[in-house]
Amino acid sequence: MKQLWDGPLNKIDDYRWEIPKTYNSGMRVPGLIYASSNLLEKIRQGQAMEQVANVAFLPGIVGHSLAMPDIHWGYGFAIGGVAATTLDDGVISPGGIGFDVNCGIRLLRTNLTLKEVKPKIELLVNELFRAIPSGVGSKGKIKLSYNEIRDVLRRGSRWAVERGFGWEEDILFTEEEGCMKDANPDLVSKHAMERGKPQLGTLGSGNHFLEVQVIDKVYDPEVARELGLEEGQITVMIHCGSRGLGHQVCTDYLVTMQKAVQKYGIQLPDRQLACAPLSSPEGKNYYAAMACAANYAWANRQCIMHWTREVFAKVFRSTPEELGLKLIYDVAHNIAKIEEHSLKGKKIKLCVHRKGATRAFPPFHPDIPKKYKKIGQPVLIPGDMGRCSYCLVGTEKAMEETFGSTCHGAGRIMSRMKAKKEARGRDIQQELKEKGIIVKAESRGTLVEEMSDAYKDVSEVVEVMHQTGISRKVVRMRPLGVIKG
Amino acid sequence: MKEFEILEHTADIGIAAYGKTKREVFINIARGMFEIIAGGNKISKENLRENFYDKIKLEADNLEGLLFAWLNELLYISETKLVILSKFKIKELSDYHIEAEVGGAKINPPSVKIEKEIKAVTYHRLEIKKDEKSGLWSAQIIFDI
Repeated sequence: MKQLWDGPLNKIDDYRWEIPKTYNSGMRVPGLIYASSNLLEKIRQGQAMEQVANVAFLPGIVGHSLAMPDIHWGYGFAIGGVAATTLDDGVISPGGIGFDVNCGIRLLRTNLTLKEVKPKIELLVNELFRAIPSGVGSKGKIKLSYNEIRDVLRRGSRWAVERGFGWEEDILFTEEEGCMKDANPDLVSKHAMERGKPQLGTLGSGNHFLEVQVIDKVYDPEVARELGLEEGQITVMIHCGSRGLGHQVCTDYLVTMQKAVQKYGIQLPDRQLACAPLSSPEGKNYYAAMACAANYAWANRQCIMHWTREVFAKVFRSTPEELGLKLIYDVAHNIAKIEEHSLKGKKIKLCVHRKGATRAFPPFHPDIPKKYKKIGQPVLIPGDMGRCSYCLVGTEKAMEETFGSTCHGAGRIMSRMKAKKEARGRDIQQELKEKGIIVKAESRGTLVEEMSDAYKDVSEVVEVMHQTGISRKVVRMRPLGVIKG
Repeated sequence: MKEFEILEHTADIGIAAYGKTKREVFINIARGMFEIIAGGNKISKENLRENFYDKIKLEADNLEGLLFAWLNELLYISETKLVILSKFKIKELSDYHIEAEVGGAKINPPSVKIEKEIKAVTYHRLEIKKDEKSGLWSAQIIFDI
């Protein structure tokens, strides 16, 4: 299925490439891709560009159909895309959010240094692996009744904090304060509830992980200081989403949207782009159900972070407070949000779809924590388990160009089957150990599919966002210990 | 004739399935999906003791929708009951309606375990059709992994 995409691309500058509207008569706006020429070549080796053009068909789309440098071929929407639609005549598309609603990243700081953690890293990884359920079919430690899960869906992080999983201040350092207010559990199916009930507080599988890291490079000491980060410091990154509940919400509404497409006479090049007007009952119901799944994901990451704090306290014979285990921030990278943006000089409310893209709001934006008012919203970009991850901050430029959005990770370059073939005869776990990275995974298969070679270099991706001014690099983290499903 | 084959896709994985009848293609695509879930190990009676049964009744607006609903329902059963399904007996099948009995084994590592989680079935490149010349059926699906 692999062929080089050879559609038209206009070079705007070294990092911006446009797919003109004339490429396909159904396109309502041009496509805009952020990439270096090296990354662009890799992106063209799949059908991601075609998908960027397809997204431009969505009714009510404004600006550009945007693609971040980590973009790769998805189903319907490419992964690494942003699309903003108007509320009055625009649509919402579940495919533009993805099955794993509010898959996202949170970053936890510590007072610990590399010197203190290095001798205990194996113990730490083993204890984390024991405390945090991961892998396929994993069941959580929390037993939820039907009424309780409804409460989780309505209240997100707050539910977790009130149940004792975390601190009050954690809520302030979570995008949307860990709760989308429009959530309505009545619009979530019984199937979704049944999938979600046993899985709260589980990592899941695939590319999800929990990583113990060390900050090995500081790009912006002033911003780093404001965030409470410095070189040699240990951090923890958590990557997971809304588990089976979110997958089912998306599945259910894809069926609703197939019908809506006919009902409202919407022309689309791919059925996975199925959508409904934001002003229609179908569109509103999906938004309220998606908000439930997003809240579930925030509660999920909150619980996992809580157990992470407990493990650190146990291993280092201290308390989470003493160890300074504070949440830096939590961001979603598969979500749609109603936000205010400027369009042709006018303020307008838009529905911003981020599918494998991260919100990156600038300093003084009303939706970021007060503590970060002067520096902007922290943006957390994980790399693959063998290289590094980044913390950046959002900028005004992102508001001007990308509806306050940036990249979300490295982006796959190799299919899972190809990764398996490439890794034949190799011991990935041992290779990482030799690099000083302890990995514990539920399945060897996951480890092989997630090896570094299967991904683009996240540093190259982040550099594009930095050079274009869409977001600014603050610190780089190197993995020490990784837990995978 | 091949029952099914696994398709490559950058981030995800797909299946193409074949059959002499519509019924056969529905069964073969389900088999393929559970082969992915079970990690490529052939699901056979030797390594799988059947101890789970369920009945399914589904409706959809068209045949593609029915295939989507069928595979999603099987995923739902697998995830909530923690089972690997291997037996698919289709009692009734039209373009809008399916009734089936399914069977499999409860997950019990290391002999019966889920190797790969399939998050969902997608509509991307979803296809089910009959070749008018040969009379054979084929279907294609991409999963979100």
